[in-house]
Amino acid sequence: MSMENHQISPQGAAGVTIRKSMRSSKVEPVLFNTINAIFMIFLVVVTLYPFLNTIAVSLNAGNDTIRGGIYLWPRQWTLQNYKAVFASGTIYDAFWISVARTVLSTVLNIFLTTMLSYTLSRKEYVFRKPITVIFVLTMYFSAGLIPGYFLIKDLHLLNSFWVYIFPSMISAFNMIVIRTYIGTIPDSLVESAKIDGAGDFKIFLRIIFPLCTPVLATIALFVAVGAWNSWFDAFLYTSSRQELSTLQYELMKLLSSSMNSNSNPNVAAGVGVNQETAVSMVTPLSIRAAITIVASVPILVVYPFLQKYFVVGLNVGSVKE
Amino acid sequence: MAVTVTNKKAVRKPEKKRKLTWAVLKSQQQLIWMSVPLTLYIILFAYVPVWGWTMAFQNYKPARSFSQQDWVGFKQFKFLFTDDDFMRVLRNTLGMSIINLVLGFVTAIVLALLLNEIRKVIWKRTVQTISYLPHFLSWVIVTGIVATSLASDGIVNDILMKLHLIKEPILWLSEGKYFWGIVGASHVWKEVGWNTIIYLAAMASIDPALYEAAEMDGANRYRKMLHVTLPGIKSTIVILLIMSIGHILDAGFEVQYLLGNGLVVDWAETIDIFVLKYGIAQGNYSLATAGGIFKTVVSVALLLVANWTAKRLGEERLL
Repeated sequence: MSMENHQISPQGAAGVTIRKSMRSSKVEPVLFNTINAIFMIFLVVVTLYPFLNTIAVSLNAGNDTIRGGIYLWPRQWTLQNYKAVFASGTIYDAFWISVARTVLSTVLNIFLTTMLSYTLSRKEYVFRKPITVIFVLTMYFSAGLIPGYFLIKDLHLLNSFWVYIFPSMISAFNMIVIRTYIGTIPDSLVESAKIDGAGDFKIFLRIIFPLCTPVLATIALFVAVGAWNSWFDAFLYTSSRQELSTLQYELMKLLSSSMNSNSNPNVAAGVGVNQETAVSMVTPLSIRAAITIVASVPILVVYPFLQKYFVVGLNVGSVKE
Repeated sequence: MAVTVTNKKAVRKPEKKRKLTWAVLKSQQQLIWMSVPLTLYIILFAYVPVWGWTMAFQNYKPARSFSQQDWVGFKQFKFLFTDDDFMRVLRNTLGMSIINLVLGFVTAIVLALLLNEIRKVIWKRTVQTISYLPHFLSWVIVTGIVATSLASDGIVNDILMKLHLIKEPILWLSEGKYFWGIVGASHVWKEVGWNTIIYLAAMASIDPALYEAAEMDGANRYRKMLHVTLPGIKSTIVILLIMSIGHILDAGFEVQYLLGNGLVVDWAETIDIFVLKYGIAQGNYSLATAGGIFKTVVSVALLLVANWTAKRLGEERLL
């Protein structure tokens, strides 16, 4: 079986290539292609430069960066900035809080949202309509910041780690995307499992959940990015407990203090960086660059592999109820 | 009680519908266990806080119980609409929102058209992957990058000086007149690549026969773009445009909050920042809630109008 598959797929791929090359073999205006290529190079440079520059600054000695002239390549290589970041207890703790909230949020969100989507995809389910409406309406209104804050306060979630997890366990938008995807799975799979005596939970867990992998990969990425990148909940709900701070919130505090007072050495000390190293090698700017890289690399290494699924998760036009 | 009511309704409907009986409930008990607790959860987190809207009609004092609050009717709303501060944040919200909307749409459509013209799949894929990168960065990181690039010794001033377009570095983030443009440009930088996904998907579904027919008629590259590709994605553009109208009061919060500073505050504050400032920082919960209600009500009204428009235009329903 697998031998056959191996032989078939290259042929299929070759067929596609032939068709595509036939289209491109037509004579095309050189001018257009040149201008287009220049534009694309411009786009790539503008997109990548700030990021590559940040990497260069993070790997350059802080006191040397102040002299200016660091573009894409460090002048005085050092790992001191990264060492300082991870030697600082605050950043180290914040990093792990960020990891914990991201993993927990993503796992819970994916499991619960898919479970709900499965029940709402069952046409025979008596509460299908009302529950769908209750969820869909939440996409169009929000009680607002202040009432939301009071709810969190009344639930005693202020200054608790769980405030990162509980309020965002299910998203109605993701529910619709997953439910639409489940709709493309043949109903006969569920029906035959039912005849074999499987209950709905078992069908969801053993049949539907594994079959949803392509759409869940995208949604897991979206949820994880959202959890990893958020700082506002830490700012609003847990700012009085330093040990619950997240990486993005630490970065935000660093950014706002450095924007208000350029090159203030106390800023580096503020994140718990040793004053001695701060004076010699590390500056607020270089520390910020290092934290920026630490905060963005985990996501940037993952997303290119999920690129082909993005369109599944974004196809809002196919939403119907 | 509820059971009988639903039964009557079910009988009236011509389509075959399952009656709500104990037998049905029992046979669907697993579905119920899997969904009803989650429904209660969403009611708690999305619907219960709406009760807090009562604060906007009171002179809310946290120390008092609900029955002891002073009810003031629409006083908070009247104050809002005569308040220069609120009018200013409303102007900023609409201004930045419209700039973001127009810039966002035009740049994404142009980029999608140009990406669509790249014939080598590997180049197209590479540019696409790179263009998605900023979407995955947080606003904290993006505003950090923007602030670094626009600093007096940043790359933007550097290039402009080297091109002799300016003599002195411009203090971009210290002058209100630049702020809306900077916010718009930041949004474009972050999202333009990402926003092309949906247009490229629409372009991929255009019938190749249309291109061949256009070619037979002697259409060149530009004409094909203009008369085949662009009409092919028209309905996608219309749907997205209508949907974004409902978000006209969402000019963003993070980017203005993070990039704003004392010097540009008159141009940087949006409704969300107003609510945060009055509510959380100053403890004027009633006024802040009124501001939030205004935003929600206007957004929902606009969404209903948008949905109705979409239906009239024969596009798919959004709601």
